[in-house]
Amino acid sequence: MFMINLSKYPLKGKYGNYGGKYIPETLIPAIDELAEAYEKLKKDPKFKKDFSSYLSHYAGRPTPLYFAKNLTTYAGGARIFLKREDLLHGGAHKTNNCIGQCLLAKRMGKTRIIAETGAGQHGVGTAMAASMLGLKCEVYMGALDVKRQRLNVYRMELLGAKVHTVNSGTRTLKDAINEAIRDWIINVKDTYYLIGSVVGPHPYPMIVRDFQSIIGREIKVQMNEITNSLPDILVACVGGGSNAIGTFYPFIDYSKVRLYGVEAGGMGMRSGRHAATLGAGSEGILHGMRTYILQDKDGQIKNTHSISAGLDYPGVGPQHVHLKEIKRANYVAVTDREALDAFHTLSRLEGIIPALESAHAVSYAMKLARKIGRRKDIVVTLSGRGDKDIEEVMRFTKFKR
Amino acid sequence: MSFEENNRINKKFTDLKSRGESALICYVVGGYPDFSHSEKIISALVSGGADIIEIGIPFSDPIADGPTIQDASFKALTKGMTPDKCLLLTAKIRKKFPNLPIIAMTYSNIPFKKGFKEFMCRAKITGIDGFILPDMSIEESEDYVKFAKELGLATVFLVSPNTTRDRIKKIIKHSSGFVYVVSVFGTTGVRSSFAKYSITSIRNIKTIAGPTANVAVGFGISTSLHVKQMIDAGADAVIVGSAIIEKIKQDISSDNMERKLKLYATTMKRPCRQSH
Repeated sequence: MFMINLSKYPLKGKYGNYGGKYIPETLIPAIDELAEAYEKLKKDPKFKKDFSSYLSHYAGRPTPLYFAKNLTTYAGGARIFLKREDLLHGGAHKTNNCIGQCLLAKRMGKTRIIAETGAGQHGVGTAMAASMLGLKCEVYMGALDVKRQRLNVYRMELLGAKVHTVNSGTRTLKDAINEAIRDWIINVKDTYYLIGSVVGPHPYPMIVRDFQSIIGREIKVQMNEITNSLPDILVACVGGGSNAIGTFYPFIDYSKVRLYGVEAGGMGMRSGRHAATLGAGSEGILHGMRTYILQDKDGQIKNTHSISAGLDYPGVGPQHVHLKEIKRANYVAVTDREALDAFHTLSRLEGIIPALESAHAVSYAMKLARKIGRRKDIVVTLSGRGDKDIEEVMRFTKFKR
Repeated sequence: MSFEENNRINKKFTDLKSRGESALICYVVGGYPDFSHSEKIISALVSGGADIIEIGIPFSDPIADGPTIQDASFKALTKGMTPDKCLLLTAKIRKKFPNLPIIAMTYSNIPFKKGFKEFMCRAKITGIDGFILPDMSIEESEDYVKFAKELGLATVFLVSPNTTRDRIKKIIKHSSGFVYVVSVFGTTGVRSSFAKYSITSIRNIKTIAGPTANVAVGFGISTSLHVKQMIDAGADAVIVGSAIIEKIKQDISSDNMERKLKLYATTMKRPCRQSH
């Protein structure tokens, strides 16, 4: 089998030209301390054992790899398998990273955790892990998202977290990140910033990727058990890109496994109302990293749109940009409408209600399955469950009627 | 650090130091409350005693700024302010004050988007003397510093209260014009008083920087008492930003705004004159 060496990245904090650390000076000692602690702990047997133990006994790993027979028949082509991150405690893959980073924070002696959240899933994951590990937790959330995701705000509060409503800028995820960074600058001594995706300054994109890579590692073992070989294609949705990198990374050196990241096409790429950063963005610097961003000709960050709040972000993880540039992974977009169709299809055919984010991946996987035909295997990462989206879907469907 | 280059910032510091004075640096958000007011505001501050003007080129996501400057940037952008118009504003100021040092403060994505070389070249032509990019770390600054050097522009890097001794030395090496000492753990914004650690860190940084380097202190400074404290701790300059924006906001519809700003600059400059 042809092997390439891409797992070595980041090199000096960079994925090709991307990544790096573009942050205010006050935060430099904090990320240096984090990088040092992580390098030490990732080889520490006790840390690895703790992490793995919480993942199995608290979060419910391994998650199943399910052969979606009905969906396969419906799509009419390649076999479709679903990696069931929706069954993880908390209802999404976010829990993997939250447990990992909370353990890290604790070992570093930090007592206070801050996080940003868009849809609320990362906020909920952080609140869960923090409460279980006895850490104080505060979550920043844009005012518009607070309104859209009331239920998740209440869930975070139930879990003992304090939710700060962010009223600056566009009042969505990017502004919540800005505000969390500002809090971190002020409280850098005792506070740990728990980033929810493979974004931000180095070493965050690497740390989050490593914690999420359990997804891909399990897929490898499970596919080997079922088919005695590697999958042909992996499909995952991309907002910041953490579930996608977690899925891709263990396969990144196997050039025969094709990788597809699915971005939010919103109302269509021509409408300009989407969040497809890799598809329509350009190089820029945002939230501590050099990456692709959606911006105007002056470099101001654009408003994004997606039916799924979790994909509604104008940046993307720097490693995805690298994988796109060297053509190791393909990035495509699926519209709101297509994602909604997939949401309904999967619910009816398999009795699984996917998160709207994950529905983007399901939609594209069906298209691919049809195109590449039988005797091929596609694994789709079902990053989360759809309970949080039911109100939104109801509103949309009613409106359509 | 090159503090002796032939540029307006260094010349200003040399002149002031020879008279035993410290510099008053006044910050304004370009295009706040609107383009024509910005021009008048800068003139008022200069006539009141501002030695150096720092023009903020508004960015949509200003992570190092507190609510006051965030809000002013957002309003300026809403009114159609762009980096190009900011350069136009600079050109007008430059025409009026040929010797005034002018520094642009913005976030890395603004020059990055146009290309550091092209953007800085245009900035130089319109009369800008240097840049402050609060999200630019020295590790990522190779191109930025290289092009700035070629063009004779100053690169002002920031130092924080938690910056290590070795790193302070590196930052000073990368800086030209002056180094910007962040007085507090925090974002920009008016503070009523400063903790002891602020004063200690300024003293420490000035000791490391040495007498030839120019050390400016900013974040939170709003009264003449603050100015005196910073100068006593060893600052060669103080930077006043949010306090000016708040004054503009208060008097936004008043005919007295310019007069009041001039008076404010005079008040803030006074302790700079009695410094050394």
